[in-house]
Amino acid sequence: MLSTDDVLTIGGRALTSRLFIGTGKFSSYDLIPEVIRESRTQVVTVALRRLDFENPGENMATRVPEGCILLTNTSGARNAAEAVRIAQLARAAGCGDWIKIEIVTDQRYLLPDNQETIEATRILAAQGFVVLPYISPDLMVSRRLVDAGAAAVMPLGAPIGTNRGIKTRELVRILVEEIELPVIVDAGIGHPSEAAEAMEMGCSAVLVNTAIATARDPARMARAFGLAVEAGRLAFRSVPGPVLCKASASSPLTGFLRD
Amino acid sequence: MRQDSTSFLDELGSLASIPIDTIQESITVADVERVLLADRIGREGFMILLSSAAGRRLEAMAQQAHSITVRNFGRVILLYTPLYLANHCDNSCPYCGFSAHCNIDRRRLSLSEVEAEAEAIAETGLRHLLVLTGDSRTESPLGYILDCVGVLRRRFSSVSAEIYPLTQPEYEELVRAGVDGLTIYQETYDRGLYSHLHSRGPKRDYRFRLDAPERACLAGMRTVNVGALLGLTDWRKDAFFAGLHAAYLQRRFPEVEVCLSLPRLRPHSGAFTIPIPVDDCALVQILLAFRLFLPRVGISLSTRESARFRDHVVPLGVTRMSAGSRTQVGGHVLEGRTDRQFDVSDDRTVLSVKESLERIGMKPIFKDWHALDAHGPQVVEGRSA
Repeated sequence: MLSTDDVLTIGGRALTSRLFIGTGKFSSYDLIPEVIRESRTQVVTVALRRLDFENPGENMATRVPEGCILLTNTSGARNAAEAVRIAQLARAAGCGDWIKIEIVTDQRYLLPDNQETIEATRILAAQGFVVLPYISPDLMVSRRLVDAGAAAVMPLGAPIGTNRGIKTRELVRILVEEIELPVIVDAGIGHPSEAAEAMEMGCSAVLVNTAIATARDPARMARAFGLAVEAGRLAFRSVPGPVLCKASASSPLTGFLRD
Repeated sequence: MRQDSTSFLDELGSLASIPIDTIQESITVADVERVLLADRIGREGFMILLSSAAGRRLEAMAQQAHSITVRNFGRVILLYTPLYLANHCDNSCPYCGFSAHCNIDRRRLSLSEVEAEAEAIAETGLRHLLVLTGDSRTESPLGYILDCVGVLRRRFSSVSAEIYPLTQPEYEELVRAGVDGLTIYQETYDRGLYSHLHSRGPKRDYRFRLDAPERACLAGMRTVNVGALLGLTDWRKDAFFAGLHAAYLQRRFPEVEVCLSLPRLRPHSGAFTIPIPVDDCALVQILLAFRLFLPRVGISLSTRESARFRDHVVPLGVTRMSAGSRTQVGGHVLEGRTDRQFDVSDDRTVLSVKESLERIGMKPIFKDWHALDAHGPQVVEGRSA
């Protein structure tokens, strides 16, 4: 585990793990406790739409250990009003105040609706929620989310479920440089190396679901992601040396100054 | 609300001059390979995947379809069950057990019977329900359906409807009552055959039925489910048009979850010989072609298919399945009182279907939506339950 001097603070909670786990695609809820243990995650996202309160055996939230933060997401919301309603239902159901806003108005690409997301963030932050909005990476949108009271921004690396890696790298890099909130890459990360890449870029955390849930051995893959995130974070903090295009063995033009 | 006059009929019209038979005959296995290597599959690729040449590459198609499905939907299958409210019908579809010409007991559930059926279904754990009626506005008027929905919503987090086509304002009423999904099959996209099969009754109006999913989307329905009744004619054509219909709906209503079904004609109480039976290989090919053409479309497989067949094809692209189905009115509490619309092949209980899916590494789920208004099931403190 990372040293305690490197904590990520969101909503007043100090996190030592920078890997968030999604739960939507597992072949069995029985896998979830082991995945959480192996990944050493402290934040687990679940969709309210999937929580079956009348059937505890089918209620995924009951598989999340008490020490973990339950990050309810608004999957299925098509506008700000629906996302707000889902967040309020989650709070009423005892799922806490952490809410990941997911507003999708295109079922083919599952790309988030940034405009509606800003509005939902504004409303929910005012109601005391810890709001983590899932967005298409955009600097101006992120600034508005800061103003709206978001606790972090969650830009996508690639469309959900594609496992294509951080295709939005240049845009995410700008957010890391310009936005003072934690930047958490959500969606698209398909391999531990890409999680490490996000962390090396200076992202504060990553959220992974498909790559772990659809691996042949999800628990082992969860561990791999945990290690990769830790390695990437360590590398970022170590300040890597510069990347050069050519070998740089000597100073042919100014060497004479030292003769 | 959007109001416009475009229709999938326009797209069908533009396809009318395409010699599908000739094209299909000219397709080679090499064409199929080319489609399977493509990043995106368009209309032409979809047609190739439905060809007889593609029938020789089913395993390769299955591998890709499985992989796409897992990436998009995980290993998750939503279970639901149908509830037949009434079997009165003014149409004479020769393939249907509820047809007006069938000499069967006709009935309509009272609201207390609906409540009893709902209780029995809810005890199985299912939270998604599909309500059905025959096509009779006089015997099963919209008001009656709305009353039933009012009863059912207290127990189910999602209620969908498979009823006669409505106008857009009527669909808006249904949405306001809490119905979030519509299932309506065109039966066949072949207009001539459609007219022949539906020569009397309100179903004669091909266009009114074809546009029903669009009206439902305009009315704010969250999910629409379309399909062709396979076996009425050349399945390659009807599957092609059904897939294009779903693609059209996805394009025009990107916020709506579009689903496809593959209902295969089953025996029923009337005497009807299935014109062009669809064998298992063909049904699998249609399923795979749908998945490869439309990676994000929901695909539904009903209890028309056998337990064995369903267990095998589920990983190939299916996202939702009916379970514990009764296809007669009052089938859950008043078992055996009326005739079935069709015979189910998979008569396993919900629990048995659930366990079967778990054995093959799939995760059956009972709930995938939560009603957002005050009339649905209430939330309770859930995390520590």
